Amino acid sequence: MLLSEIAKILSCEIFSCRENLDCEIQYGCASDLMSDVLAFSQPGAVLLTGLVNPQTIHTAYISEIKAIVFVRGKKPQEDVTELAESKSIPLLSTNYSMYEACGLLYKAGLESTMEYIPPNSSKKSFNSSS
Amino acid sequence: MNEVFSQTYEIRGNDFQNAGKVSTDIKTLLKQLGIRPEIIRKVAIACYEAEMNIVMYAKIGTMRMDIDTEKIKITVSDQGPGIADIELAMTEGYSTATQEMREMGFGAGMGLPNIKKNSDEFKIESTLGIGTKLEITIFIN
Ligand SMILES: Nc1ncnc2c1ncn2[C@@H]1O[C@H](COP(=O)(O)OP(=O)(O)OP(=O)(O)O)[C@@H](O)[C@H]1O
Ligand SMILES: [Mg+2]
Repeated sequence: MLLSEIAKILSCEIFSCRENLDCEIQYGCASDLMSDVLAFSQPGAVLLTGLVNPQTIHTAYISEIKAIVFVRGKKPQEDVTELAESKSIPLLSTNYSMYEACGLLYKAGLESTMEYIPPNSSKKSFNSSS
Repeated sequence: MNEVFSQTYEIRGNDFQNAGKVSTDIKTLLKQLGIRPEIIRKVAIACYEAEMNIVMYAKIGTMRMDIDTEKIKITVSDQGPGIADIELAMTEGYSTATQEMREMGFGAGMGLPNIKKNSDEFKIESTLGIGTKLEITIFIN
């Protein structure tokens, strides 16, 4: 799904890297816990979050998140916008809540970045793998 | 072991203003060096989690990166409280992060387990009241 479609579905306001709106987004990822994003996201995802600070941008840059959507009308301050601009990460803001924003993107066919592991699955969380 | 590149960075405890700068600089540098993206992502995630741990828990620390033709080695040492129970600290979900840190998005207790997951070789040593040392090796090929 193109980022421009996501922006349309969520009626987003755009704060940085307008020129990157035609990039392809493969997955959706929603969290306010940056370590969870670092642990479970895959490259090429959009991150939906309520957390608006420089660490959100660092986390996105480190884990190859392609764009960030701030939910519930949260808007980035100038320092955050500048940082995102310097790392070429588009920042968007939607008035939808986290729940609704995720639901709308899921309904539109955007896949989750985190694999669902059913209960009683032999597949364990990653920590025990090595 | 042909040393091709080596650099040391300083990280200050409690310096949330600059937290993440070292790891994002490392990532940008690795891109310039033409390292493969999958490798860069692993190194960057490990460095960032380690950097944040110094900022959150230690007084001061260094991150040293050594690159040769086979591997990238990251050595992180800090002066700080140390870790009393390393096995517990390595457990997913275990965290002593403060409310303030949690509000910034940290304290999931995923940092150390995730560093280990992204490493090909991982070593952690800690002495109470002295500090903590991590050795992270990621093979390039
Ligand atoms: N360098 C360090 N010095 C002292 N204690 C540490 C250090 N690194 C980690 N710890 C201790 O180990 C715990 C687990 O660390 P870990 O990085 O796995 O999770 P976290 O930092 O609490 O949360 P997250 O990394 O998910 O934001 C920490 O809460 C802290 O008590
Ligand atoms: Mg941590």
